[in-house]
Amino acid sequence: MITVSPAPHDHSNVSVSKLMFGVIIALIPTFIVSVIFFGVGVLIITLISMLSCVAFEYLIQRFILKKEPSISDGSAMVTGLLLALCLPANIPVWLVILGSLVAIGVAKMSFGGLGNNPFNPALVGRVFLFVSFPVQMSTYPEPLQNWFTYTDATTGATPLGLMKEGIKNGDSIPDLMNNIPSYIDLFIGKMGGSAGEIAAFALIIGLIYLLARKIITFHIPVSIILTVTIFTGILWWSDPTKYANPLFHLLTGGLLLGAIFMATDYVTSPMTIAGMWIYGIGIGIITILIRIFGAYPEGVQFAILIMNAFVPLINKYIKPARFGERPENE
Amino acid sequence: MLKTFNKGGIHPAENKITAGKPISTLPVPPIAIIPVLQHIGTPANPLVKKGDKVKTGQMIASGEGFIAANIHSSVTGTVTRVDKLTDASGYKRTAIEIETSSDEWMNDIDLNPGLVTDVSLSIPEIMVRTWDQGIVGMGGATFPTHVKMVFPRGIKAECLIINGAECEPYVTADHRLMLEKGEEIMIGISIVKSAIGIEKAIIGIENNKPDGIENLQRISSRFPGITVQGLKVKYPQGSEKHLIKSLTGRAVPSGGLPIDVGIVVFNIGTMFAVYEAVQKNKPLIERTVTVTGKSLKNPSNFRVRIGTPVSELIKAAGGLPDHASKIIAGGPMMGKALNTLDVPVTKGMSGLLVLDDIESKRKPVQNCIRCTRCVTVCPMGIEPYLIMSMVEKEKCEFLDDCHINDCMECGSCSYICPANRPLLDYIRLGKARLKKRKQQK
Amino acid sequence: MSSTILYTIISLSATGAISAVILYFVAQRFKVYEDPRIDQVEDALPAANCGGCGYAGCRNFAEACVKNENLSGLFCTVGGNETMSKVASILGVDAVSQDPKVAVVRCAGSYDKRPRINIYDGPSSCVLQSILYPGDTGCPYGCLGHGDCVNACDFDAIHMDLKTGLPVVIDEKCTACNACVLACPKHIIELRKKNKKDRKIFVCCINEEKGAIAKKSCEVACIGCGKCVKACAYDAITLENYLAYIDPVKCVLCRKCVGVCPTNSIHEINFPPRKNLDGTDATVDVEIVENL
Repeated sequence: MITVSPAPHDHSNVSVSKLMFGVIIALIPTFIVSVIFFGVGVLIITLISMLSCVAFEYLIQRFILKKEPSISDGSAMVTGLLLALCLPANIPVWLVILGSLVAIGVAKMSFGGLGNNPFNPALVGRVFLFVSFPVQMSTYPEPLQNWFTYTDATTGATPLGLMKEGIKNGDSIPDLMNNIPSYIDLFIGKMGGSAGEIAAFALIIGLIYLLARKIITFHIPVSIILTVTIFTGILWWSDPTKYANPLFHLLTGGLLLGAIFMATDYVTSPMTIAGMWIYGIGIGIITILIRIFGAYPEGVQFAILIMNAFVPLINKYIKPARFGERPENE
Repeated sequence: MLKTFNKGGIHPAENKITAGKPISTLPVPPIAIIPVLQHIGTPANPLVKKGDKVKTGQMIASGEGFIAANIHSSVTGTVTRVDKLTDASGYKRTAIEIETSSDEWMNDIDLNPGLVTDVSLSIPEIMVRTWDQGIVGMGGATFPTHVKMVFPRGIKAECLIINGAECEPYVTADHRLMLEKGEEIMIGISIVKSAIGIEKAIIGIENNKPDGIENLQRISSRFPGITVQGLKVKYPQGSEKHLIKSLTGRAVPSGGLPIDVGIVVFNIGTMFAVYEAVQKNKPLIERTVTVTGKSLKNPSNFRVRIGTPVSELIKAAGGLPDHASKIIAGGPMMGKALNTLDVPVTKGMSGLLVLDDIESKRKPVQNCIRCTRCVTVCPMGIEPYLIMSMVEKEKCEFLDDCHINDCMECGSCSYICPANRPLLDYIRLGKARLKKRKQQK
Repeated sequence: MSSTILYTIISLSATGAISAVILYFVAQRFKVYEDPRIDQVEDALPAANCGGCGYAGCRNFAEACVKNENLSGLFCTVGGNETMSKVASILGVDAVSQDPKVAVVRCAGSYDKRPRINIYDGPSSCVLQSILYPGDTGCPYGCLGHGDCVNACDFDAIHMDLKTGLPVVIDEKCTACNACVLACPKHIIELRKKNKKDRKIFVCCINEEKGAIAKKSCEVACIGCGKCVKACAYDAITLENYLAYIDPVKCVLCRKCVGVCPTNSIHEINFPPRKNLDGTDATVDVEIVENL
């Protein structure tokens, strides 16, 4: 029998699951480097996180919301992977599961599932754990220990942690920089930190993959990185003894992980290019404000969530340029 | 150097599988169903009734008013009925059905196959011929041609643009015309140029037809004032507004017409029809249709008489394949899916596409993931995701603010959506609801 | 009690008290005068906020009632005559009354009576499908079956029967608010006069094509033969464009037309089964549909 449907009768190959699995592939280099530096802990928390997120989404959709489970679109797996990569590798399993429950149940499902959440689910899970369990969430393992150490790993301070402590004590930046790993070490990831934030080069490989496969556009990561560079650059130029240089800020903490993978989450980022620039600039400014003038050593997670709250406002007032809005001439 | 428009656009698979097939003329069909409305405007008034004998080229319905067109018989035979019959829209509309007996053309039509290069008619005579012979836009829009050749007092057109983009995948009718009837097209363009009083004409052709560009460029050396410009392959390059933007940089304002920026646009196939109307006194009774589809045995470009049942074209292309699922009049992006094969070829049907059940299947709809792809590809710069969300939630009061009437229904948004959301369907629904609201006020 | 607690209690209480006073004066100063009768009328209304009266909700209708001099052109079908007489007494005007109505679905082209001749693959919305083409059967007037009427109903009074593909109205719940009538793009649903015991007789078809064509697409189509017009002794049936129509006001429910219809296109609802002269149940080739 003939089929009748409205035009268009052709469709591109792109699909939600292809995009989500593309993000997972982009995170593989980061994951591998993390396993090399932090050992079996990363494997455990990643596996638990991804499994719990998928399980919670399935259970909530099937038994509470009573609709068709949509785990095959891959978005719960991405949330699970991202959540694991922003946690310290020595965090116990039950905290990972709790974080997954909050990320999927509270931040995603309670708003209506994929597409309806205003806040990045992985970050909501992380911030929940950070605020409720600050001790476990602030003790990071040292890199390159015995590969099989997990929760019993020796912990040490992260570069940003050292910086914050030092500034409070009144040390000057040049002195502090001696205690921080070299730039090469920062670039390849030989430092303390959460599982996914350490290796700048692996994250950048992920960025290149995402751009090449056209999963994201460059606007959000570039606007965040440029804002951070310029803001910290101005501060460093004004007083190098009080403020660290831009390269330090770019390579430490969760800035690159946040800029490349968290801020670019489709659902919680703006819909227009101009909006994305404003969003990225906002995240950059708030991150540096918290890092330098705030109480916490790292501010990316809060910055992204705050800017997520502004996205509906950005979408309402920043509209794309319409065809024929301004008559142009040759 | 190739030109293009800078906002939006997609790159669907071109599938120009019939590009190398020369146009072959199909025999006269056993019956011809000729609807009286094959153009934008008022339906024509039937001049014949059941039992009347008609000749090929005889006017059988006359246009009412200015935005209208005459309808001519494409066959010789007897009128069997003047009744509401199904056409490509799916609905039944008044049509004249003729049972063919032979092929006797009207005496005043020049059947000589030679090229007539001299344009001997005056401008009023050219306009009258264009109206008399029922010439309408052959690109699919079917706007009556004579209307575009007349301007309100004080308005002057600066440039004539000929649309040879043919951006719809699969369709190659205009491509073949460029290769086989290049001289005639050029003469047609010169006729229109002199009738409107424009010095400059640009033919825009997408770069997936390099032989077409080359052929017309070669011929254009003999026609001063006509240039050929290559365009980047991007859908919807053939959209009037985007063609003008690419070729001249001018943007037709929202709700406006090309003449507002001093441009007149015609399809390249229409130029061939104007040549036949003015130089050979031949009415619009046949057209080139690309019958295509990957599952067809013999996809081809056919020259068919208007009113030929679509089933005849499918037969000539090797018959309907076993797993054929959708039969589309036009191209895959904006074409209309037919619900029966017993509909006639009309003046605006440039293609007939057969898709099998795998190609036709629509995937299940998911939630909007706000990936911004629909906003990025929209060539008119509106926000399809927002319009669909508002129509779904029945908030139709805000649709005007979303500039829903700027939408030209190109389908790029539905094409690119990763969640398979039927964006264009809801935009159409929104337009209908908004119109109803305004009427009720 | 430590001084901190004392100061806290004093300062918070003072803030609360001052705010209360300020709010009171602001509320009085910026008060919008509303006719108190609007509240009274609104209380008398059923509070369904369905929009069937043509106004945006019950309060809007109450405002319109109070503003107008009389109640002509204003009627709440959900509340019916009872509610309108209450409103009339509150406002001291003449009461208006209307014959109660009920929604009737005038298509019987189920899956087995009206075969599908093509597959519709698009969004499940009657309006969207009707914009595209007449439908997936041979009848261009018939029900499309996606349930725009069901979605429009605020009173849960209409459901889609998945076996037949046609909507079914639940008479007790139907308030004749007109939502389903407006939602249907094919204009299949009609508001007809409600009779005793919910009895109905109506032509269950709106096809205006010639009889032979209509019958080819659907077994139970009205073919415009006119037998019902001849059978009716009360002049209640008219025939136009090959379609018969029974006037609900003139019809006395005698059922003569039902028996003569060759395609069983006229439906009789909620009548007792017919009896032969010997008391046995007569076999009448008509579906007698029990009320749900």
